[in-house]
Amino acid sequence: MIGLTTEEWTAVRLSLEVASRSVLVSLAPAVAIAWLLARGRFPGRTLLDALVHLPLVVPPVVVGWGLLMLFGIRGPIGAPLYEWFGVRLVFTTEGAALATAVMSFPLIVRTVRLGLESVDPGLEEAARTLGARPLDRFVTVTLPLMSPGILAGAVTAFAAGLGEFGAVITFASNIPGETQTLPLAIYTATQTPGGEATAARLAFVSFSLAVVGLLLAELIARRMGRLLGRTAG
Amino acid sequence: MIEIALRHRFGRNGFALDADFTAPEAGVTALFGPSGCGKSTVLAAVAGLLRPQEGRVVVGGDVLLDTARRVFVAPERRRCGVVFQDARLFPHLSVETNLRYGLRRAPRDAAGPTFEEVVDLLGIGHLLARRPAGLSGGERQRVALGRALLARPRLLLMDEPLAALDAARRAEVLPFLARLRDAARLPILYVTHALDEVDALADHLILLESGRVTAAGPVEEIAARTDVPLLAGRRDAGVLISCTVLSVAEGLAALSFEGGVLVTTARPGPPGTRLRVRLRARDVAVAVEEPRGLSTQNILPVTLTSIAEGSEPGEVFLRLAAGPTTLLARVTRDSVARLSLHPGMPLWALVKAVTLDHRVTGAVAGDNSSPTTAVPTARTRETQPWPG
Repeated sequence: MIGLTTEEWTAVRLSLEVASRSVLVSLAPAVAIAWLLARGRFPGRTLLDALVHLPLVVPPVVVGWGLLMLFGIRGPIGAPLYEWFGVRLVFTTEGAALATAVMSFPLIVRTVRLGLESVDPGLEEAARTLGARPLDRFVTVTLPLMSPGILAGAVTAFAAGLGEFGAVITFASNIPGETQTLPLAIYTATQTPGGEATAARLAFVSFSLAVVGLLLAELIARRMGRLLGRTAG
Repeated sequence: MIEIALRHRFGRNGFALDADFTAPEAGVTALFGPSGCGKSTVLAAVAGLLRPQEGRVVVGGDVLLDTARRVFVAPERRRCGVVFQDARLFPHLSVETNLRYGLRRAPRDAAGPTFEEVVDLLGIGHLLARRPAGLSGGERQRVALGRALLARPRLLLMDEPLAALDAARRAEVLPFLARLRDAARLPILYVTHALDEVDALADHLILLESGRVTAAGPVEEIAARTDVPLLAGRRDAGVLISCTVLSVAEGLAALSFEGGVLVTTARPGPPGTRLRVRLRARDVAVAVEEPRGLSTQNILPVTLTSIAEGSEPGEVFLRLAAGPTTLLARVTRDSVARLSLHPGMPLWALVKAVTLDHRVTGAVAGDNSSPTTAVPTARTRETQPWPG
């Protein structure tokens, strides 16, 4: 039905890759930050909260520009990365993943935090009285009970990551096969004479992926709920 | 000896706790008081879940908390097993994994019952593969008891473990609590606002009112006091008496206590069973000469030792000695004057057995129509003590 060309397939594959890598990169820090925001008592908590939510309100292009300043090969982080490890992020797939991760970070933190706040602190107290140390308690009680939130966060971030445009094009540019993800490919197609068919096909793929993502999230939420004994039986 | 001294104020003008008491190393110490008296706060501080502004907690010679010396042992190192009112089982783990949670984290050299013994004691073998969500309230509480016990604690803390259950579930769980008390050779701190749980389980009683200890001592001693409004003001104020079943015949059981014999229609178990009955002061009447032709079964010769203020204006408590045992009777001032009652006077105490109410406990299966408060006391039944 949709007979994609090789180039178009490349864009689809790249989008999936960038989105998955962005989720992999941001998941652990998101859980840590969500925990700090929900349970931590330290000065500067409000500041951290604001900082995490910044990408939601700042224009994506500005986020991309900020990343360029920080991670460019002359930037304060980019320079040592390049000189010591030979890692270059600008104009690479990894860079696209980083930009996507930064953009979807607030989403994933919010969802994970909601999941964490639904965990009864009384259960963690019970674990304490049973001799569980902090890390033990987190791994055996808190983490499994907040896992629906983590999964929901991951799926949402993945779905949103498939469509990240502004930050990616600014920081990683629009290189076919490297950083040209679905939205970038659609944009390019609309700018090219005779590209309407390509744009339509890719838009359809984009739409389908979003729907599948939503259904998957719902299905996972139900399964997890049953596993965690939220519903009897 | 367990020493507990705590001072804590919530907020600037909030509730203030100022409690200081000791509890014996063996048996059940009940913390009894109305809701809001601070009894659960005491338990939280002993468990380490609450850090009091000032305090000292010593269990078996180990200092768990001493604010003066800046000692605060973390809850996970205190080895104080807690049974919460709401069970707090881990919903994502099976019953068996819940039970083993504390066991896996207990010190290797800690003595205590094995997994099989606890499962057997609490009758939860058929639940092991289930999830907490599929259990009834009573089953959940039994699993929570087992989980706390399997953590091999040095002290068990129970925070109103029956309060969230309806009457039928309480009756289901109470016998298991009695079994656990008899089998576990552990001190137990038991918080409750239900007097029948005190009667059924406690050896030692601490009364708490608005954050302060108003009375402390062996439960039978405290029950006989008339100067404690929290107890004397209750409808069921009265003495607790330890008895042994003498004989059971034709629906009547004879219970002997130090000072006489009581007859009851309750079924307290086979001869030799030791139990505790509550004789409510309002169910005891007195006569100056031996009564005849009465339906009352229990007529005991006693001596009036003192007359104490009653909780109602027109009433007094009579303190009666039946041998070494003290009984309380609640009578009107008018009767005292009419019969010219005075200390030292020999009297007959009429105990209206039919008005004693029955409570379901470990040894006695429930029958609400039978009348005596038949409650096995600690160390009554033959149990297999665990090593250590």
